[in-house]
Amino acid sequence: MNAARRFAPRVALLLVAIVAILLPVLEPNPASINVAVFTMMYVGLASAWNIMGGYTGYISLGHAGFFGLGAYTLGLGVAHLGIGPGYGPFALVPLAGLLTGLFALPIGWIALRTRAATFVIVTIAVMFMLQLAAMNLIGLTGGTGGLSLPVPRWSGDFYNTPFYYAMLILASLTIAVSWWIRRSKFGLGLLAIRDDEDKAMAVGVPTRQFKLAAFVISAALVGMIGGVYAYYVTYVYPEFVIDPLTGISMVLMAFLGGLGTLTGPVLGALLVEPAQLSLAYNFGASRLYLVFYSGVFLVVILLLPRGIVPSVRDLTIGWWTRGGPGRAAGPSPGPSTPAPGNVVAP
Amino acid sequence: MSLLEVERLSKRFGGVVAVDDCSLSIPKGSIIGLIGPNGSGKTTVFNLITGFIPRDAGDMRFKSRSIAGLGPDRIYGLGIGRTFQLARIFPRLTALENMLVPVRRAGMGGLLARAQWGHEKTRAMAMLEFMDIGSVASMLGGALSYGQRKLLELAAVMMAEPELVLLDEPAGGVNPALLERIADHIRRLNAGGVTFLVVEHNMGFVMNLCTELVVLAQGRVIAGGKPEDVRANPVVLDAYLGA
Ligand SMILES: Nc1ncnc2c1ncn2[C@@H]1O[C@H](COP(=O)(O)OP(=O)(O)O)[C@@H](O)[C@H]1O
Ligand SMILES: [Mg+2]
Repeated sequence: MNAARRFAPRVALLLVAIVAILLPVLEPNPASINVAVFTMMYVGLASAWNIMGGYTGYISLGHAGFFGLGAYTLGLGVAHLGIGPGYGPFALVPLAGLLTGLFALPIGWIALRTRAATFVIVTIAVMFMLQLAAMNLIGLTGGTGGLSLPVPRWSGDFYNTPFYYAMLILASLTIAVSWWIRRSKFGLGLLAIRDDEDKAMAVGVPTRQFKLAAFVISAALVGMIGGVYAYYVTYVYPEFVIDPLTGISMVLMAFLGGLGTLTGPVLGALLVEPAQLSLAYNFGASRLYLVFYSGVFLVVILLLPRGIVPSVRDLTIGWWTRGGPGRAAGPSPGPSTPAPGNVVAP
Repeated sequence: MSLLEVERLSKRFGGVVAVDDCSLSIPKGSIIGLIGPNGSGKTTVFNLITGFIPRDAGDMRFKSRSIAGLGPDRIYGLGIGRTFQLARIFPRLTALENMLVPVRRAGMGGLLARAQWGHEKTRAMAMLEFMDIGSVASMLGGALSYGQRKLLELAAVMMAEPELVLLDEPAGGVNPALLERIADHIRRLNAGGVTFLVVEHNMGFVMNLCTELVVLAQGRVIAGGKPEDVRANPVVLDAYLGA
């Protein structure tokens, strides 16, 4: 039984990896691969967002800004370096991550001086400022006319496949980073900040630096994904690459799957994105999926406030131990602790 | 030699003078009690020493080095730990994880390396056993009883081997049997070289634990000395009755 508990997740992970790698062979239909590209994109985005929002509890609604920064980096890089269509533009993806991370540094430095609701507002404001800048720095970004990227001359059947693997690699990288953080002392510090930031400081956690590091890592990963997206759609428009809905989608998926867990955001993206795309295809360009999003949000908040992964984990642990005491037996966090808040005394 | 030297410390909140020209000297190896009526500024003194709130005037020196202006994480890293009046632990982390959060000295290398994890976990388990709460290691902090939280908070603070620990009402809200255990833990840690500054209302607890007392009233130090002398001091009786 113990061995089963230990190996079951590994076997599951292996199977998922095999399916993910073989997907373009198993289901070569370009329309399906297109769905897979966007789904994998959101697996990465939600997991990257979760490193900040889930682990530290600082909810950013402006991560779409970093997505856009990565997209512009790739678009401008390709144009200025004169890189032709083909695999070349993918080489600029790490640069998109680096520049987005550098950009996030001063933004985080300022935004992280605030807590809770104020932080949320600041992230939204920063995103709209980036969008405004993209629209108005016409000399650099092409303004509302946007930037176009070279279109690869790959055959129609094959066209989506390289993008799928690029997204798969970035999603895997993001999950690996997230896993490694979760198991490090750094990650434990982030979770401590989420639970009680002042107390974390009192036991030596350099909270300012930790939050900033998580913010920058999260933004850089999102930036890289934005870079691949730009090349996939071959156009960079301010309203598309810095779309508040992109930011909200990441949050929704992480919430649905389980905030602050490793697998939650992955599961959330796998459930929400294909459903959202099929709505978009079947009902045209109407914004019906907004209704769908609101519905999912309501379900999560009312029925699964902690998300799917923690709820299911509690059920299975309860079943394994036949209701004995354990992690699962604990009450849901929060009410049992005396007000953490931001007041120091008493 | 003084481990901690607090010199003419003052703090006001709007019109309230919480700490008024307060000086303290904490000798290495001692257990000093800081007592005084409610609202006399004891917790504020702790918050000032540990960098949670900025001082208005005065200085604080730890091992002859000024710690004024440093943040709480730096001060903990230098070797001053504290507990809170209402025990504070991380509710969504297990007791063992609570023990592993404390960071001794902020250096990025040590934080990213996993090499010391095994060693640190062994130490954390040993400390939990020492506090008699080894059996709850895998339980979430939020599921622990108040007494267990008090013990866990103290145990976790000890993880970075602080030289000085400030305890804010360690006996508050704790049953008499546990009270005796907590006093015993403090004595044993003290025998191991840890210095304590203890704020406490429970006079019995303070009298038999502390080597010396300092009495605060309206933010001022009004008396100090051996517990039995302080107890007999009319100024102290006045402050308590007059409050
Ligand atoms: N953060 C704060 N803001 C305003 N007033 C405070 C604050 N903290 C403490 N005080 C005031 O300072 C005085 C001393 O409080 P405190 O240090 O908590 O006393 P004690 O711990 O001795 O009971 C009280 O009058 C209290 O109301
Ligand atoms: Mg107090």
